[in-house]
Amino acid sequence: MARVPLDRSAAPALGPVPAFTFPGIERHVLPNGLKVRTVEHTSAPVLTLAVQVEGGSGADPAAQEGLASLVADMVDEGTGSLSAIDVSDALSRIGGDYDVDTGPDAIGFSLTTLARFADRGADLLAGLLTRPSLRESDFARIRQLRIDRLRQIKDVASAVAERAFLRLLYGRHPYGHAPLGNEESLRVLSLDDVAGFHTLMFRPSQSTLVLVGGMRHAELLGVAERAFGGWAEPSGQAPVRTPASTIPPELTMRRIALVHREAAAQSELRIGHLAASRRTPDYAPLLVMNAILGGQFTSRVNMKLREEKAYTYGARTSFDWKRGLAPFALSTSVHTASTAAAIADASAEIEGIRGSRPVTEHELAHAKAALTRGYPAGFETAAQVARAVSQLALYDLPDTYFSDFVPTVGAVTAAEVTRVAAQYLDPARLTALVVGDAQVVADSLHTLSFGEPLQLPVQM
Amino acid sequence: MTADRAPLIDLPYTKRTLDNGLDVIVHEDHHVPIVAVNLWYHVGSKNEQPGRTGFAHLFEHLMFEGSEHQNSGYFAPLQAAGGQLNGSTNADRTNYWEVVPTNAVDLALWMESDRMGFLLPALTKERFETQRDVVLNERRQNYENRPYGLALMAIVASLFPPDHPYNWITIGSADDIRAMKFEDVREFFRTYYHPSNASLVLAGDMTTDRAFELADRYFGDLPPGVKPAPVHAVATAEGERRLLLEDRVERPRLYIGWLTPPMYAPGDAELDLCGDLLANGKTARLYRTLVYERRVALDVSAAQQSREIAGYFVLAVTAAPGASLTDLAAAVDEEIARLAAEGPTTPEMERAEAQAEANFVYHLQTVGGFDGKSDQLNAYNVMRGDPGFFGKDLDRYRLATPESVRDAAQRYLRPDRRVVLSVVPRGQTAEALPGSEPVTVS
Repeated sequence: MARVPLDRSAAPALGPVPAFTFPGIERHVLPNGLKVRTVEHTSAPVLTLAVQVEGGSGADPAAQEGLASLVADMVDEGTGSLSAIDVSDALSRIGGDYDVDTGPDAIGFSLTTLARFADRGADLLAGLLTRPSLRESDFARIRQLRIDRLRQIKDVASAVAERAFLRLLYGRHPYGHAPLGNEESLRVLSLDDVAGFHTLMFRPSQSTLVLVGGMRHAELLGVAERAFGGWAEPSGQAPVRTPASTIPPELTMRRIALVHREAAAQSELRIGHLAASRRTPDYAPLLVMNAILGGQFTSRVNMKLREEKAYTYGARTSFDWKRGLAPFALSTSVHTASTAAAIADASAEIEGIRGSRPVTEHELAHAKAALTRGYPAGFETAAQVARAVSQLALYDLPDTYFSDFVPTVGAVTAAEVTRVAAQYLDPARLTALVVGDAQVVADSLHTLSFGEPLQLPVQM
Repeated sequence: MTADRAPLIDLPYTKRTLDNGLDVIVHEDHHVPIVAVNLWYHVGSKNEQPGRTGFAHLFEHLMFEGSEHQNSGYFAPLQAAGGQLNGSTNADRTNYWEVVPTNAVDLALWMESDRMGFLLPALTKERFETQRDVVLNERRQNYENRPYGLALMAIVASLFPPDHPYNWITIGSADDIRAMKFEDVREFFRTYYHPSNASLVLAGDMTTDRAFELADRYFGDLPPGVKPAPVHAVATAEGERRLLLEDRVERPRLYIGWLTPPMYAPGDAELDLCGDLLANGKTARLYRTLVYERRVALDVSAAQQSREIAGYFVLAVTAAPGASLTDLAAAVDEEIARLAAEGPTTPEMERAEAQAEANFVYHLQTVGGFDGKSDQLNAYNVMRGDPGFFGKDLDRYRLATPESVRDAAQRYLRPDRRVVLSVVPRGQTAEALPGSEPVTVS
């Protein structure tokens, strides 16, 4: 019996938006000052512990760039009688997934383990963070591996671009270097510097512990108390929170810089400027604006550079959020022959959204829908939730942030998007960076209104 | 077994096959109001011919450009519904997935079924040519412009004979991509993109009945197509081949490749464990000896590449300043010989079992995307014909013994049957192992 074919002429309508209850967060403070946040999350028998220590690479002392990240790396090199090998063994035995990330404002440690190993995992993590061994031989090895790593990433175009772009935008500001630091600064660091930084920065009063797992709040808190309750606050004054008070120098003109890469198959591009802090009241309209301009596959920038011009495999814009002033930037890697054309097209898109081609109601609705309707999907795993809750602590956001997100973004208007684009994006002071074959691209860059290209060496 | 023994972990599902041959598998998970749609086509670069490599992957790009009833890009409508979507191609299969809020499941299925049944009317020469250029950019960005980015191409080209489809990697050769003809797309689509060669998983916050009803509604009227014949090819390892590749790199790196059993075959899980105990984490033998103790290497990696008709194992180790590849090769040989003679220790087996169980549990947290539960169910269904293989898959690791791991190392990781590739900084060919023959990859 032949079946009647489906009428496919029109897309099926969307049903009503499903309700979702965002995870409830309970806040606690241990007697030693450690801030604890617990979330009951039952999708699988796992537990994620996330510890955020205030002061990331932005807290690196001058001429000691890379210190915070090196200290973070030293943490799992041993505690008590355990060597680095023993720590690795102990983590494997609880199926532990350990991770550390040094950002500009904080160092984040996380450990995901099976729920039945909750106390073992928490004890191990607490031992590492609060009583790391910090042995000389481990220090020498880790520092050397980092110096060697720096030499290796000289050949990675995107890494060269990230580092050069930070320096161009921030100069000597504490945000102006990558967490890894540079060879010169790493060479002068000593184990005493590591121990000093640890004593100064790793303190319960300056840290937040997030526990997310298939247990009740009281049980999660119990895990935290048993493992971290004995962490003593060191004497001495706690450091000032980042960012450092100095504001990076304001640029007043466009400029373009070129890092030569012999016979590069593509040019790695960054185009942007310092723009806003994560704590700006305009966060929601900026999020929507960025989604339309370059924050999603269907954004103006990706449609132009990838789908229309085929210059690249992909192009995007983003705010690299920080507590202090953070950059807005477009990043992409384009075919060498298309370098100047891609910069011109990208700059035109940044200009256009400020008013000459304001966002349409269709773009606005699309971006808001994409941001809000997909929001619950980011709360599936314990690790995702722990990361999200840690972000609230990092940026001093309220516990209602998750449930407020959808209505807040939903209320953004086209006029607001145009206003924040005009206010926060400034084509007149864009910095463009090209990491590519100077012999091939240098002449074409003169055709752009970015001035004479500034030739930079590869700096590691 | 210890008292820490895991409770049974399970990935329940229901499977039905539509009249047109489309496998449909449903898994309920009501934690978050989302549904994962995951569709596998049993086609990859393995189905390509020499001289026409890279086609399966380019075709995947075209699947996002529009179909007869959704005749514009696939991202816009699904992202506006709050969905995420992506796709990927490997040697054996091409997958497409969406993760959507529960109110957009109809939309996702309408679109997936439209590009399965009605892609060609929307496919223009212009879309084809644009995506061909995008793929050439992808290749430059991810392979040509990346340190060591061409090494794997050199290894598989030597491990597998020219007429074996694992002789090339999925991105294909740049010349082949440039030479692709629009006319070839039609034939490829008809051969591989139809219900008889596909498998659909719906996982998430919906009932099983509703999921089957929707799958049948959107896919049930598509014509079945002819199931393509399986690909057969044989590769035999003989002797040791030494190759040399110059690249824009700071430090020399040694790669060693061996032919191994295919995915899920005896020895596959054991070789996976060999990779872990040689190179994964600080307790791993090669990491510990070369990076931690002797400090002659900057990094080390080793992994079994499980593929449908053959496997290969690739080990890589980067020389620290002052260390030579010859020294590293000797140290690696020594560790592998010891593993092949003595097998793993009890602590190594305990760690491996704990880590395997945890990794399987962590997988249960995510319904969609690459490696989520829906992708896993499709892998088991397409490669094993059994979506219920989750527990058996874990058992492959739980039931591995020191003897079976030793035997796999002994049998497959042999010094006399392998490809050894030295990747050295340009102009420093003396850094390569003695007797290495220069290769060109492009």
